[in-house]
Amino acid sequence: MRIIISNSSEDPIYEQIIKQIKNQIINGELTEQESLPSIRKLAGELGISVITTKRAYEELEREGFIDTVGGKGSFVASQNKEFLREKKMKVVEEKLTEAVSEARMLDIGVKDLKEMLNILYGEEE
Amino acid sequence: MENILEINSLRKEYDNFTLNDVSFKLPYGYIMGLIGPNGAGKTTIIKLIMNLIRKKSGDIKVFGTDNIENEIDIKSRIGFVYDIPPFYDHLTLNQNKAITAQFYREWDQDLFLRYVNDFDLDIKAKFKTLSRGMKMKFQLAMALSHNAELILLDEPTSGLDPVFRRELLDLFSGIIQDEKKSILFSTHITSDLERIADFVTFIKEGQIVFTDEKDSVLESWGVVKGGKELLEKEEASMFKGIKKHEYGFEALVSDVSQARKSFSTSVTIEKPTLEDIMFFMTSKNGGEDA
Repeated sequence: MRIIISNSSEDPIYEQIIKQIKNQIINGELTEQESLPSIRKLAGELGISVITTKRAYEELEREGFIDTVGGKGSFVASQNKEFLREKKMKVVEEKLTEAVSEARMLDIGVKDLKEMLNILYGEEE
Repeated sequence: MENILEINSLRKEYDNFTLNDVSFKLPYGYIMGLIGPNGAGKTTIIKLIMNLIRKKSGDIKVFGTDNIENEIDIKSRIGFVYDIPPFYDHLTLNQNKAITAQFYREWDQDLFLRYVNDFDLDIKAKFKTLSRGMKMKFQLAMALSHNAELILLDEPTSGLDPVFRRELLDLFSGIIQDEKKSILFSTHITSDLERIADFVTFIKEGQIVFTDEKDSVLESWGVVKGGKELLEKEEASMFKGIKKHEYGFEALVSDVSQARKSFSTSVTIEKPTLEDIMFFMTSKNGGEDA
């Protein structure tokens, strides 16, 4: 697991933790059943408050990304493949939405945009 | 959450200062920062917990029991650091240690020696020859070497260089790992708390301004900046502590979402630091609603 806390970020620290753990689960860096550090350990390592890490874990649990077993700690939840794919799709959708609104601002039409996408997609292949 | 420390309606009167109706609690396993300007009553609270001065009314429970009825038991389970070190100047650290250690049932000599080593203390040196920072380190080593469950520290970071201050904060995180120990420390160097404190209690002129989770304080409060014409608006009554300058103003609000609604884009709203909160709440023309 890799967590970098930025002090100058507008996002509260607990959100930064949530985002990074989520991303690592979605992109497979953190795998099913992998155990996460305890709330206190993580707080100690990052030099932040226990309440902050607790809140992050609680949120992740509520959203179904991790499970916390009393006395045993927290684990990456078994994700159903469909669910994960959906989450990832959502990320793509968000980025595209962003691109579309930028394009609109610059008066770039759908046709041109599609062409750009074709070229980019082709390059990636 | 079970509380390691619980203070209810505590009152203490001096000729020129009154600590009034102070209540707050600290659960097991957390760090609380006690902040406030000089003379706010931080040291008085810590002395009252240690029963070094007599309270007028109210009660203090430590480990779930009254701090005066069970004074001896409670004190053996508290590690403390005072702003004025309670050691003999003309004795060596080792001699000072021998005097103090005998009062603790669970003195841990190995742990003490480990701290001595970590803190680069010379136990043969006389206490008076130590610098302010080294004196603080010795106090800390003493406070942490008898398996204390509640650690009370009065301005532990003042007089310490930034490097050791950071190390100290790491040490604090380590102490609360087992979920059974808690730390209460007073400070006016609020940046020390910005990260590690779980709870913050802000005291001013002998009264609690707030006692809450640090994260929720920092999320709900905000610093509003805008043009001076806004101060004429009715909504300006939400400003706590206004600092005007030639070209505009800055003020503190305790409900940032309300401020956003009332002023929308006509102002800039920023996340506050604890120092901002302390500054706006205590600066001369601050503290009261405009």
